Amino acid sequence: MEKLDLELLEKIAELHSVPEGSFNIRKNGERLAANSTDDVQIVQKTDKPGIDIIVAEGVKNKSVHIPVILTVGDFKDTVYNDFFIGKNADVTIVAGCGIHNPGGGSAEHDGIHTFHLAENSRVRYVERHYGEGVQGSKRVFDPVTKAVLDKGAVLEMDTTQLGGVTFTDRMTEAVVGDGAKLIVKEKLLTDGEEKAISRFRVDLKGAGSTCDIVSRSVARGKSHQEFYSDVIGNNECFGHVECDGIVMDGARILSTPEIDAAHPDASLVHEAAVGKIAGDQLTKLMSLGLTEKEAEDAVIKGFLN
Amino acid sequence: MLTLEKICYDVDADRPDRARRILSDVSLDFPDGTVTVITGHNGSGKSTLVKLIMGIDKPASGRIIFNGEDVTDASVTERAQKGFTIAFQQPVRFKGITVRDLLDAACRKKCTTGEACKFLYTVGLCAKDYIDRPVDGTLSGGELKRIELATALAKGGEVFLLDEPEAGIDLWSFDELVGVFDKLRDKTVIIVSHQNKILQAADRIVVLNSAAEPVVGTRDEILPGLTDADAPYCRRRPASAE
Repeated sequence: MEKLDLELLEKIAELHSVPEGSFNIRKNGERLAANSTDDVQIVQKTDKPGIDIIVAEGVKNKSVHIPVILTVGDFKDTVYNDFFIGKNADVTIVAGCGIHNPGGGSAEHDGIHTFHLAENSRVRYVERHYGEGVQGSKRVFDPVTKAVLDKGAVLEMDTTQLGGVTFTDRMTEAVVGDGAKLIVKEKLLTDGEEKAISRFRVDLKGAGSTCDIVSRSVARGKSHQEFYSDVIGNNECFGHVECDGIVMDGARILSTPEIDAAHPDASLVHEAAVGKIAGDQLTKLMSLGLTEKEAEDAVIKGFLN
Repeated sequence: MLTLEKICYDVDADRPDRARRILSDVSLDFPDGTVTVITGHNGSGKSTLVKLIMGIDKPASGRIIFNGEDVTDASVTERAQKGFTIAFQQPVRFKGITVRDLLDAACRKKCTTGEACKFLYTVGLCAKDYIDRPVDGTLSGGELKRIELATALAKGGEVFLLDEPEAGIDLWSFDELVGVFDKLRDKTVIIVSHQNKILQAADRIVVLNSAAEPVVGTRDEILPGLTDADAPYCRRRPASAE
């Protein structure tokens, strides 16, 4: 692997070398390295680009790394990854994509993911998106995630985009079964002319199903963010959506949370708060000796922590 | 030595129809190595005075002199760097910032766990339970006040401004709190408080009264009169002056 590859892999997956266990590293539309085990099989698709990740029933405490890197411009990589998580399995999946666009034009990665979580399985899905490259180059992500959670399954998604992505339009859809739980923690930082759109559509279908979606975002410069969430309670369920945004400079954040209690025992909450950094937070940190800029950075770092 | 010279402050100064002077020509000295407790009725300007000293609010007129230097126009950051340290009456809540982050910011370096623990133990908190907790609404008012004091101690300085440090702290812990002030005996400590136990720990007491000059004296001169029903202190503006 080249030095640039390793730098990108470190940024998105904290990988310093080829990981242990099952993994698949994709570079510029091609498989760079991979390994499959009996516990977590990684099978390359034959009909379209992408892989099937098949986690065997009852597998516990395993992690799977499936990072993607793009190091060329004028390139669009669409990849279809399907995750099949067996009953009672408990795994961590580290995904993410780093784009280094060395020239003009657009470098785009669109990960189309489906998750099938069997009964009482548990997945922690960690995804980081990062972009860098020459000024004026475009780094684009349009990921689509669809998840179906069977009875008692838990899907925890930690998604992070902290810089250099010029445009993203993310769609996350989930159908949550009986006693199943969807937990999403989204962190987003945009700057300059960047634009980020994040959409959620959750069907709380099962009795006792829950979802907890927390989005924390900071918009700097002239960047623009849009957050849409649509949670439908089709059974006795609990849903919580929170969109917390800090706007700075000339940036803008639009938040449209929608909740639909389609069942008399559905309990749905949405909270949205968008505004500049609270003055008393800055004053407190400045009273410890920080400059205003240092205080702002400390608030943002904590907020996106 | 910290000196306030003829400090005036108006609330709602930007709205002439509602503007009201709450500090009028207040001149006070705060000698090094003394604990001064500022007391007075609600609205007498105690917290305002502390905020003026820290640079959070600016006086309408008057000067603030610290060790011979006029700091009236110095920013909050500059004052903090000169040795002014404040523990706020109502501690600020953050999102995501942990107790450890605040202590690191206060020390201006990465504290070791041992150093961080020392500050938390001093204010009566079991460090391992708190060090990684976010400084937000999940902490009680009393816990936040103790963490506020811990960050002030971690920052250090020459002038400590403690605005109602006992608020929210259970009565049983007052002696512990007074112990914290004792650790600062070689500094200039200015405490806003109404509590008898805190007043007992003072070297000097300042009674603010928006209707008259502040009354200043040693603890033994002032304290007996504070509990006297006929004392002239802490009275609101006389009816004739309304």
